[in-house]
Amino acid sequence: MATRTAKVIDWLDDRAGLLSVWNSVFDRKVPKVNWWYTLGSATLFVAMMQAATGVFLSIYYIPTPEEAYSSIDYIMNDVAFGWLVRGIHHWGATLMVILVFLHMLRVFYYGAYKYPREVTWLTGVVLFLVTMGLGFTGYLLPWNQRSYWATAVGSSILGTVPIVGDFLLRVMRGGDDLTILTLSRFYGVHIWFLPASLFGLMGVHLYLVIRNGISYVPRRDE
Amino acid sequence: MPKKSDYMISRRGFVGGVVGLVGTVISAVVGLPVIGYVVSPALKKGAEEEWITLGPVSALEPGIPAPFTFSQMKEVGWRRARISQTVYAVTDGSGNVTVFSDACTHLSCKVHWEEGRGAFICPCHDGLFDTEGKVVSGPPPKPLYSFQTQIENDQLMILVEG
Repeated sequence: MATRTAKVIDWLDDRAGLLSVWNSVFDRKVPKVNWWYTLGSATLFVAMMQAATGVFLSIYYIPTPEEAYSSIDYIMNDVAFGWLVRGIHHWGATLMVILVFLHMLRVFYYGAYKYPREVTWLTGVVLFLVTMGLGFTGYLLPWNQRSYWATAVGSSILGTVPIVGDFLLRVMRGGDDLTILTLSRFYGVHIWFLPASLFGLMGVHLYLVIRNGISYVPRRDE
Repeated sequence: MPKKSDYMISRRGFVGGVVGLVGTVISAVVGLPVIGYVVSPALKKGAEEEWITLGPVSALEPGIPAPFTFSQMKEVGWRRARISQTVYAVTDGSGNVTVFSDACTHLSCKVHWEEGRGAFICPCHDGLFDTEGKVVSGPPPKPLYSFQTQIENDQLMILVEG
């Protein structure tokens, strides 16, 4: 049995060379570190959960003012395990912001952003902003009072930018008011633009983590 | 004496340059219109301003703002939607009438008149405005917007964006 599995892996590796990728990702050397170093992997895990549950939510969710709330109501109350899929997406969103933030604090306080890991830090900054963007755009999608006014306030904050603020606000809303155009562009940004950026940048981020190795815990005399 | 290769572009360099150029042209042809595609609803001008009749001025009690709700048909993308709006009219008793927008000047939440506190209150960040629309407390940077008004046969009218 074991030999058969080994044979299949051998056959595949001979043609795809995946074993060396597997080894450099999972069998790389790491210093002795602590639990704070698990926050990045935790974030990755939650991000993948968000992607998976988000894809399934899109089967029922309709991004229009008339249907948005009712379609989520349907997911929550009528679809089998709809409450679970949406619940994971809902709470996962909050959890991801918390994890990303703690991950950032860990890197900051351990000075792990220093040479040669500056680029990893910079991609991390953009990943943080993309995560915030996902939170902001996703918040509008239920189209209830809370999400409507949160977006009214959030987009008005953009409107306070000097000179171009009003233009930016109108681009974000797709006009003067929060309308179907706002909802549909927030939906598009939430399910395509930002996730594509997120997973693309995560690839770069992880490549850099593996390439440079992880930093050790700073010692007291450093 | 310079060599021949100093003047001539190599075959590799030429093909590389052509690929780069074609790529740039294609990106521009697709990418630039996409900017207009995304921004276009933001550039749409609203309809002309119009006078809206709110109601009789004689019904207003001095010093007490009264809400008036009206609706306008507005073009939203491919549809026409009825969008309603509430404004507050207040008179000082000597014929002067001011009509305030209910949009808080802080971050555009809706203010409402609260009789007990004698103020317009914004629920989002506790902005307070008095009966003259001036900021009493909270974060709002400007007084409430007041509309241009007109009174005809006791009917109060305001000039509103289309």
